[in-house]
Amino acid sequence: MSVNPELQGRVFPPVAPYLVGREKVREFARAVFATSPINLDPEAARAAGYADVVAPPTFAVVVQEATLAQLLAEPDAGIDFSRVVHGDQRFSFSRPIVAGDLLTATLTVASVKSLGGHSMVTAESRVVDAAGAHVVTATSTLVVRGDE
Amino acid sequence: MTSQATPVLADLTVGDVVATGTFPLTRDSLVRYAGASGDFNPIHYRDDVAVSVGLPGVLAHGMLTMGFAVQPVVDWAGDPGRIVDYQVRFTRPVLVDPVDGAEVTVVAKVGAIDPAAGIARIDLAVSANEVTVLGKAQARVSLV
Repeated sequence: MSVNPELQGRVFPPVAPYLVGREKVREFARAVFATSPINLDPEAARAAGYADVVAPPTFAVVVQEATLAQLLAEPDAGIDFSRVVHGDQRFSFSRPIVAGDLLTATLTVASVKSLGGHSMVTAESRVVDAAGAHVVTATSTLVVRGDE
Repeated sequence: MTSQATPVLADLTVGDVVATGTFPLTRDSLVRYAGASGDFNPIHYRDDVAVSVGLPGVLAHGMLTMGFAVQPVVDWAGDPGRIVDYQVRFTRPVLVDPVDGAEVTVVAKVGAIDPAAGIARIDLAVSANEVTVLGKAQARVSLV
């Protein structure tokens, strides 16, 4: 089974909103060895002009994850999870994620390409805040290995 | 409160090393990241599962390596909110030995400067046992 080329351009329904908790941000920050007080200490974050602790840049993947699960579960996608390798990842921010944010992510399949028997699926998840303003776009390229 | 001054774009030159870091990883680090991120793929904590899918052993989550590799840049910039764009390519996995763990080193250099946008592109060389594990690892840092 190979990846369905008609996936390209498909827009998925928004996933359930994600409420960013202060302790989750701190837990994630410790797990990626972040030492900036702005990630860990609400007072330091406020002194720097933020409402609460700021998430490390890659925390956005936690919000993105539900959209990728949606893509992998799409019945006609033809993506065999056991053959998927994470190729590339990018986060492009309008502003950092801050504890207290209510974030909603929407996935679009930007491209489906074939390369030497493998398929490359590029998925862009656009994350907006409660006011609908753009926060971050998380882009993953998944390499789906072909039959050997 | 950060007492450290924000780097000044005009003082930077392409090729300058602005930050370095060394990250000792253990299996504990992987379990901690699994819990924090919600990525419970067992290849990141079970040798038997890793071997059954053809891997030499338990690997660090690529997203964990991506996550800590930018931290020296965050500390240099003085504020995680200054990272406006961050991308990597996962080129080689980081094998984490159950006893000896793994050590990942990061060297962050100025790759490009965009004075009009007030942004420095910082290129990261990330390696484990002297083998490069991330390709095209670039963080764009707003220094306005």
